[in-house]
Amino acid sequence: MSGAPLLQVTDLKTHFLTREGVVKAVDGVSFSVDDGEIIGLVGESGSGKSVTGFSLIGLIDPPGRIVGGSVKLEGMELVGLPDREMRKLRGARIAMVFQDPMMTLNPVLSIGTQMRLALNAHDRLSRRAADDRAAQTLARVGIPDPRARLQAYPHQFSGGMRQRVAIAIALLHGSRVIIADEPTTALDVSIQAQILSEIRDLARENGTALVWISHDLSTVSSLASRLMVMYAGRIVEAGPVGTVLRAPRHPYTAGLLKSLPAAARPGEPLAQIPGTTPSLLNLPEGCPFRPRCDRASEACAVYPDLVQEDRRSYRCHNPVAATEAA
Amino acid sequence: MSGFILQRLLQAIVIMAVMSVIVFAGVYAIGNPMELLIPPEATQDVRERTIQRFGLDKPLVEQYFLFVKNLLQGDLGRSYIYNEPVLKLIGSRLPATIELVTTAIVGALLLGVPLGIYAGYRPDSPVSRAIMSLSILGFSVPTFWVGLILILTFAVELGWLPASGRGDTVEVFGVGWSFLTLNGWSHLALPATNLALFTFAMMVRLARAGTREVMLTDTVKFARAAGISERVILTRHVLKLISIPIVTVFGLELATTMAFAVVTETIFAWPGVGKLIIDSINNLDRPVMVAYLILTAGAFVTINLVVDIVYALLDPRLRKGHAR
Amino acid sequence: MSWRGSGARSPLRTFWSRFREDRIALVALFVVMIILLLAIFAPWIAPQDPYDLSGLSLRDARRPPGFVGSGGYVHWLGTDAQGRDLWSAILYGLGASLQIGVIAGAIGLVIGTMIGIVAAYAGGRVETLLMRLVDLQLSFPAVLLALVLMALLGQGKAQLITALVAAQYAYFARTAFGAASAERAKDYIEAAMATPLSNARIVFRHLLPNAMPALIVVATVQIANAIALEATLSFLGLGLPVTEPSLGMLISNGVKYMMSGRYWISVYPGIALIILIVSINLVGDHIRDILNPRLAR
Repeated sequence: MSGAPLLQVTDLKTHFLTREGVVKAVDGVSFSVDDGEIIGLVGESGSGKSVTGFSLIGLIDPPGRIVGGSVKLEGMELVGLPDREMRKLRGARIAMVFQDPMMTLNPVLSIGTQMRLALNAHDRLSRRAADDRAAQTLARVGIPDPRARLQAYPHQFSGGMRQRVAIAIALLHGSRVIIADEPTTALDVSIQAQILSEIRDLARENGTALVWISHDLSTVSSLASRLMVMYAGRIVEAGPVGTVLRAPRHPYTAGLLKSLPAAARPGEPLAQIPGTTPSLLNLPEGCPFRPRCDRASEACAVYPDLVQEDRRSYRCHNPVAATEAA
Repeated sequence: MSGFILQRLLQAIVIMAVMSVIVFAGVYAIGNPMELLIPPEATQDVRERTIQRFGLDKPLVEQYFLFVKNLLQGDLGRSYIYNEPVLKLIGSRLPATIELVTTAIVGALLLGVPLGIYAGYRPDSPVSRAIMSLSILGFSVPTFWVGLILILTFAVELGWLPASGRGDTVEVFGVGWSFLTLNGWSHLALPATNLALFTFAMMVRLARAGTREVMLTDTVKFARAAGISERVILTRHVLKLISIPIVTVFGLELATTMAFAVVTETIFAWPGVGKLIIDSINNLDRPVMVAYLILTAGAFVTINLVVDIVYALLDPRLRKGHAR
Repeated sequence: MSWRGSGARSPLRTFWSRFREDRIALVALFVVMIILLLAIFAPWIAPQDPYDLSGLSLRDARRPPGFVGSGGYVHWLGTDAQGRDLWSAILYGLGASLQIGVIAGAIGLVIGTMIGIVAAYAGGRVETLLMRLVDLQLSFPAVLLALVLMALLGQGKAQLITALVAAQYAYFARTAFGAASAERAKDYIEAAMATPLSNARIVFRHLLPNAMPALIVVATVQIANAIALEATLSFLGLGLPVTEPSLGMLISNGVKYMMSGRYWISVYPGIALIILIVSINLVGDHIRDILNPRLAR
């Protein structure tokens, strides 16, 4: 692995061929993730961030399909890989955690059974060895008395504990990359913070890279080192968290930041981005943010190219100047 | 868990009591009980003894308790036609029906659930469409018609299988069973297929609908994300998730299949309880009808009770006292 | 994430445009229409009045399809044991079967809906009592119930319809109750009940309309079931009187000739019965798919 990134995504396109037309949920997304790195992928619902996550792990259900681009894991091309080969990688080298642990864990199988099934997907273990590994992993995510809890069913756990179990399942085979699709959104705020810091520690200990997908800018900024902002199927701004938050160049990022409660002065209403996410079925020509943007100009009728600037990049004809952002 | 069973048991007893009132009302209050219980050609002596035994000259409430008392003592009267205690008569016919119903329903389950899961897993494949067409036919086409077509095809035209009777039986515990001989199986094949078709269709439909729904859930997506193979997802995750509705309906189907056995046994001259009840309806052998009703009601209540308990065993969320 | 464009169209037109998408259901609907017309106009279409015994000749009995009988016309589907033209008997039989199915379905719909809505509206003990009874009956197979009732009540058209209604009303009650009680639980009904609005207004303006779509589906399926049930009872000798043979009785009459190879006496009425039931079921199934939001793509 001579300097090649752990995960390299190039011009990824995932489209849904629906009856009403082609929905370009992901339309030319490129980024890379290094070993042990935590990157955040932020956007409103419908921006294509979850579809990006599922594309990485090869779990796009019809009528969706990856129609172009490349996803390379440790130099190996994943797009176009036969199902059987892809299955061997899932959960072993690249894993995923979902939003609602209530929906992801099987309510009628015990935690132990579900973990054994996940273990046996890649290793042939005796029942005892599997239970040992499962209990060890549960202990690592902070579940007390893990061996006894193997017999328990999901409904006997609290929401936070359930998500810990799901994370433990993702950790079972020591994946190099874990894609986390809003894993704390369904949880209480206090539990959220707890799990966030635990995940950060786990990633650091194991050198696991994380792709953290969220609509919540503040969660991501407390966790990730790099930030990517997605809008209408494309990454519109990317860069180190500090830089992007301090001086956003894309008006959309700036709008998101202004709408955070922390940015408002007490007593004043929160700022909002006018309008709603466009339907991906009939995107406007040119920059899709144009109808909601107060900086839009004639030039925006043409889709903006990626502008590289130091370690950051953005797609905008009329970027916010560094001095403008408060 | 035991509290749950006790609660259901109590419910079952209440339902049984209600049933006994309904049957009593149906037989004694609506129809003419004299006509129902006394053979028309009976002598005056028999007539008087019967009136006394059932207390037909007493008030209705008292009659009801007498009816229940006789019932609890297993006295359901005598058949006019066979001149045997009704209970013994039904008991002698029961094994044939149980054999037929069990073969049909187990076959339907073992074939219907896997095919249904496949049809739900690959809803658009030609095989799935064929399975679904078969199940629509199984639902729509009346049992008796399927039976006739089976006879016409396999017995009359092709001459492969016999159209009636039980064939050679082997005695076990003093009861003859067809399924222990090859010849018995050849007799069992057509009626069992006939009887199984509806349940098969139901199982296919349930398994398909359940699978389709479960396949779209995050549970399956998460299992896939963990690298679990499709085979294991279907046999472990999906099967367990869809088993709850299937078991529930399976229990109810058991009851319905018993009822449809009436039709199938008539067509294939299968000497079971169903044929007995049709014969006794045609011969106005009313004590047999009454007994059949009571026993069927009892069987239903028992089946429902068992289904409830199995349901609780399958769904850990319902098992109380197990959680923290 | 809603990617579906939504145009403002009347619900009926939306329904129809979705119904048209399924070619099989469309064909089935067409077949049901044709059968209805055939049954209604049977006296003008049929070459013979099968109920008029004086017009029958035993010389024409049990003749195979294509036989030219004493009436001078071709018996395309053959004749039965009394020398009846089977095509005519089937046309009249379709009418008898449909009539029973529709009448029993309609009465069951009215009674069942009333029980379901009363239970949902009243709530409390009335609800518990009524719905327990309905559930109890639903666990009891309809065939058996109808069979026993026919045995107790004796034969006849009114008795048959009574038995069919008794065996089927519970499905309507369950459906109506489900839809109405869901609507009843909504805040605006609670609010309306606190005002001097009449009960009838709440029932007819709110509870009933909400139960209608589901009831239509159940009604379609139950008409098909009633027809099948009637045929089964007739086959067992407990259906309509012999003077007015339904499809089930025509089939039953032919069974004893089946073994000797005179298949047509049973088979053609049977095919007519199957086409009728399957078509109604296909239409009902498709309506259910359209109305079921969970399966909407």
